[in-house]
Amino acid sequence: MTGNDIFQIVLYFGVLLLLAKPLGDYMARVYENQPFVLDRVLGPVERIFYRVCGVNADEEMDWKKYALTVLVFNVGGFFAVYLLQRFQGVLPLNPQKFGAVSPDSSFNTAVSFITNTNWQGYGGESTMSYLTQMAALGVQNFLSAATGMAVLVALIRGFQRHSSKTIGNFWVDLTRSTLYILLPLALIWSVLLVSQGVVQTFSEYKTAMLTQIITYDNPKNDAQGNVIKDEKGNPVTEKAQMKEQSIPLGPAASQIAIKQLGTNGGGFFNVNSAHPFENPTPFSNFLEVIAILLIPAALCITFGKMVGDKRQGRALLAAMVIVLAILMVLCTQIEQKGNPNFASIGIDQGASSLQPGGNMEGKEARFGIVNSTIWATATTAASNGSVNSMHDSFMPLGGLLPMWLIQLGEVIFGGVGSGLYGMLIFAIITVFVAGLMVGRTPEYLGKKIEMFEMKMTILAVLIVNALVKIGTAVGVSTKAGIAGISNPGPHGFSQILYAFSSASNNNGSAFAGLSANTVFYNTALGIAMFLGRFWVIIPVLAIAGSLAAKKKVPAGLGTLPTHTPLFVSFLIGVILIVGALSFMPALALGPIAEHLMMIGK
Amino acid sequence: MTKIIRNTLMSLALFTILTGFIYPLVVTGIAQAIFPRQANGSIITKDGKVLGSSLLGQQFEDPKYFWGRLSATTPYPYNGGSSSGSNLGPNNPDLMKAVQARVQALREADPLNKEKIPVDLVTSSGSGLDPHISPAAAQYQVARVAKARGLDEAKIKTLVASYTEGRQFGFLGEPTVNVIRLNLALDELKN
Repeated sequence: MTGNDIFQIVLYFGVLLLLAKPLGDYMARVYENQPFVLDRVLGPVERIFYRVCGVNADEEMDWKKYALTVLVFNVGGFFAVYLLQRFQGVLPLNPQKFGAVSPDSSFNTAVSFITNTNWQGYGGESTMSYLTQMAALGVQNFLSAATGMAVLVALIRGFQRHSSKTIGNFWVDLTRSTLYILLPLALIWSVLLVSQGVVQTFSEYKTAMLTQIITYDNPKNDAQGNVIKDEKGNPVTEKAQMKEQSIPLGPAASQIAIKQLGTNGGGFFNVNSAHPFENPTPFSNFLEVIAILLIPAALCITFGKMVGDKRQGRALLAAMVIVLAILMVLCTQIEQKGNPNFASIGIDQGASSLQPGGNMEGKEARFGIVNSTIWATATTAASNGSVNSMHDSFMPLGGLLPMWLIQLGEVIFGGVGSGLYGMLIFAIITVFVAGLMVGRTPEYLGKKIEMFEMKMTILAVLIVNALVKIGTAVGVSTKAGIAGISNPGPHGFSQILYAFSSASNNNGSAFAGLSANTVFYNTALGIAMFLGRFWVIIPVLAIAGSLAAKKKVPAGLGTLPTHTPLFVSFLIGVILIVGALSFMPALALGPIAEHLMMIGK
Repeated sequence: MTKIIRNTLMSLALFTILTGFIYPLVVTGIAQAIFPRQANGSIITKDGKVLGSSLLGQQFEDPKYFWGRLSATTPYPYNGGSSSGSNLGPNNPDLMKAVQARVQALREADPLNKEKIPVDLVTSSGSGLDPHISPAAAQYQVARVAKARGLDEAKIKTLVASYTEGRQFGFLGEPTVNVIRLNLALDELKN
């Protein structure tokens, strides 16, 4: 690690925490219906929304109705995204004349965007019309994020209330999250991003005349458009010349701002935030990587404020910061060391004032090593999944860390809303384990944790865990699964493991060499994303309902305080032990095996 | 249930109008008014002809130009219509092949240069469209470019220095050299 590496990491956490505090306080006001400035401006819009939609904002829902509404609303969103892709060919705002997206890819992308996963099976600039980008993908960037925040707020109400049948109104939580939190932030972020060079226009792609003409080997196609192969299976090519470069454009900045703030992560362009038009400068990079963790961090503050004990929120935030900081530093160290395979062929991988050095394969020159590893660990700690470097080309252990952060269950910051409700699930497990040790009924925030809550908690953890492993097992034991692998040896296994970890935990990043735009992966990963999202949301809402109905018990002598450093370390221990026990065997077959083979050469 | 479905359809319609149309239109309006050059792709033109974007790299293989990062886009490098990284794992033999081919090309173009090659000059970028290289990678190529153009090395060095950008605001990101802008400036130099 260089001095600059350390400085950039410290700067990142410093600014993040500085911004999280005021935003967290603000969000608490939004959800508690206390006055703030924006409600005076946008209040009429909110009320028109309820009137037109036929929503009675004062009507509260019990957990079952809340869950049903979440499901129906998201299924509705699924159909909107699916149909817009299937019919984009005949719809307006399609200057590049893209045809309909295939049924399996449309299915995958629709599930991907309603579940806040934003796994990209497609290449944006070569597939999606501007209309699809805005009205399908952009809208779900807002709504899937707002859904996560709504579910979190419902769970917080479970702790706040006592002897109550209801946990809030989904439509109100959804609308207020979108209108007062996501939209204003996205507006600020998108204008700042444009100032750095992120494109924002409706005009068609431009064409540049190249300064130097490219001569290349073009694969020959037969009449059906399939690549012709010679007897060895290599594609037959012919010499071709290219004199032009296509310059892709579109309304990208508005999309990218919300994709980062809403922990969505689906890129406007194929390579996501590695693309110079999505992330042109170090400052745009800083803005985007701050946006990834901003709302998840701030929600911890919101939580503390809403449950009436700010220390509770800070304890959870501390646990998140500690785990991420350690893994971020490790990842930076590994990538900064570079690739030992290059040592013998006269390549300089040392960091100096003139170059970042390190493992630069798949990384952009303007970001170098440390801004790639900050991003890689932040985007996988959160369930964001956007990338500014190619995780597939990380060193074996450098790639293990982002993958493991996903497998921890997306609770280290995690998705907006979903990260904190996941973290609260782990807090419940922690007080339960602590309660077992001293033989006492566990409590959290004045609520007894009993049989029903524990069943739901374990369900939420186990389902996602099982999805990753079952999915990977199917992937490595079927022809269709293995066909997607692009890197030989243990790395190929890592590609499949990463894909199912990412989909089941709603992250969306990939070891992108995997050819995943196939019927098998589109379907299998689509199912994993759907179950991984809603089979957690339902138990979480069930816990919310059950907690809201309980009486508050005053803290006694035997109550475990849940804001102390002791509790923070206990919580971290539980998360890491569950994560390690669940996934070390699988990781040993992939990145760890690859690392050992590499150093043993 | 019918009420929930009705709520769903109406709210989807309203949110689509608000976040899917009004929001991007407002951003486009502001962007085009305040930052028109950036919002339209940071285009470089000369005599009305579009030469490229200062943010998108182009392929240069001629010794008289500075070379950029390797690009893994298909079917030809720096394809703006289809961004892509190589996604080659660190132990994939194809990665070694690509790196060694680049090392060989650099050595053949400048056999007298025995320096170690900066790593960013022999590896593929994440986007396949990276417009930058490190200052080290630019300096490595100065002698070759000067020789190919029959120009004084010092002159090229000065030009590289003037196109070297430090960390943004002095502390963010990495120092870089923009290859397309540097090469266009080189061509101007000759005239």
